[in-house]
Amino acid sequence: MDQYYRLNKTECREFVGALTSRYQVVAPVKRGEKSFVFARISSPDEIASPEEYIPTIIPPKKYFFPQRETILEYDAVAQRQKAVMEYEKVVIFGVRTCDLAGIQCLNMVFSERPRDVNYLIRKNKLIIIGMECWDYCDEHALCALMDNHLPKGGYDLFFSDLGDYHLIHVNTEVGEEIVRSIGVFTEATGEDLKRLQEFREKKRSAFDTGIDLSHPELMDLFANCEDARVWEELGERCLSCGNCTTVCPTCYCFDVIDEINLDLRTGERFRIWDSCQNEDFAKVAGGESFREERSGRQRHRYLRKFKYPLAKYSRFFCTGCGRCSRACMAQIHIKETIKALIAERAGV
Amino acid sequence: MKRLQLVDSPYLVKEAKVCEVRQMTEHEKYFKLMLRDEPDLDHEPGQFVMVSIFGVGEAPISICSSPTKKGYFELVVRKVGKVTSAIHRLEVGDTVGIRGPFGRGFPVRILEGNDLLFVAGGLGLVPLRSLVDFVIDNRRDFGRVHILLGCRSPKDILFKDEVESWARRIDVDFSCTVDRADPDWKGNVGLITSLIPGVDLDPTRTFAVVVGPPIMYRFVIKELLKKGIPEKQIIVSLERHMKCGIGKCGHCQIGNYYCCQDGPVFSYDEIKDNLEAL
Repeated sequence: MDQYYRLNKTECREFVGALTSRYQVVAPVKRGEKSFVFARISSPDEIASPEEYIPTIIPPKKYFFPQRETILEYDAVAQRQKAVMEYEKVVIFGVRTCDLAGIQCLNMVFSERPRDVNYLIRKNKLIIIGMECWDYCDEHALCALMDNHLPKGGYDLFFSDLGDYHLIHVNTEVGEEIVRSIGVFTEATGEDLKRLQEFREKKRSAFDTGIDLSHPELMDLFANCEDARVWEELGERCLSCGNCTTVCPTCYCFDVIDEINLDLRTGERFRIWDSCQNEDFAKVAGGESFREERSGRQRHRYLRKFKYPLAKYSRFFCTGCGRCSRACMAQIHIKETIKALIAERAGV
Repeated sequence: MKRLQLVDSPYLVKEAKVCEVRQMTEHEKYFKLMLRDEPDLDHEPGQFVMVSIFGVGEAPISICSSPTKKGYFELVVRKVGKVTSAIHRLEVGDTVGIRGPFGRGFPVRILEGNDLLFVAGGLGLVPLRSLVDFVIDNRRDFGRVHILLGCRSPKDILFKDEVESWARRIDVDFSCTVDRADPDWKGNVGLITSLIPGVDLDPTRTFAVVVGPPIMYRFVIKELLKKGIPEKQIIVSLERHMKCGIGKCGHCQIGNYYCCQDGPVFSYDEIKDNLEAL
């Protein structure tokens, strides 16, 4: 039986206050006009207002898969090594459903054998508190098209704002423990659940996908788009900066680099986010590059979201968060790309 | 931030000792290695290892010895970048880090009982040698064996002594060609594709195993298909940039495949429809 609780909005401050006194808490914090980041908070006042908050610049993947992470410590002279991982026990508060979906994608990738031990240990040190959206954050979001606008697990607690109170879904024992230890919640009634259903009904009409494609049709669109002119057009505009992959919640490519200390004997091997948009990403020793052109690299990025993962993980790796469109300096917008592919296929 | 020690990290390296080093050509060096804590690398022909030099980095390198040679394994490394230059500085007695063996090697059990046509271009002979030696060491288990070798010039021929010994064997049909001859060269001159039409083979029972530079595949495969060899009997080994070896870092992706885990060996019918594969 699903467990739900109520939290009156007047008690929200007390809840977040109690949370920050027990845990390290990160939450969306406003940093600029339309810029939000997940950052450490010590008081409820620092959290961005839920009405204002659009997806953060960098998704919460940074807590699961840090931008730079030491994987090995060594002594090059003594030929000694120690494999390491770093973690912090953190509560991530205010994670939107698009980002919950992103974390689920990364979980699949890193638990695929051979498993990534660093990731798997770290993910279990993190507590996730999700938060529902009732409307699109901006014109770039396509979460409804990707079917990620409604919660599908992947959190410990999930908050839905129902007006003067939040309805909280408890998904894990860890979540239940938080509710129990911070005694500001009351048990939800059947009325509350009915109200949630009403809100969700309204949400279904608010989240018009804007692109009339079913998932099988979307799969089909990307399964047969290799020679589309769209890629040439994107290639001409793309600056190869890698913003799109850095901000993507499901991009996980990395480089592995050695760094030696000034003693010239001890050092670290670390992995660091890399981007398939960089020119030398797929270059081999003989000098051949398999995606020399920007058009090929853009196409690769799209196919890694809409084609390749379907064969391996049976799901799209686009969460619909819209970050790549917001971050692109050349205005390469994912919704426009999909529309252009549709138009090209229709012969327009 | 807490730091934990991991005993099961896939990034831990095995220590190997360098027991022999030989300069093979201007840019290629041969290394014979032995693992310190394990009796054998226990690999399949066609697999690769990540060679690690602490303080410099790691590079994926094909294993060029057959698993029939026990207790040691061999690599040939072309000096092209930071890591391979550091590997070239290794001397006998030095220690080097090894991860692997990784990937899917040549399908030796499927090849058994069939005729084989090896096509090696340049450095492609290095991974292919692991299979050629395996076949020679188990020669009775295979049908007819043809080896076609193509090199830029006579001085670029790797494993010269061994290649000459293959040419002398009665149970191997060997041909070699160079792009540019030197005054002493008495053999064929021209591209490796020119050797294929002349090979006498039964396409229904022949597996072609092709390894060479990226540009070579398209032309060689075309010739092989002309000979009537079915697509699934054309086996290739593909070179890609790799950072992790465990199907995560994304560098080696070929369409639906990660070359480091799903390859580097593929049959032509598996990869022909994948973008950027060949």
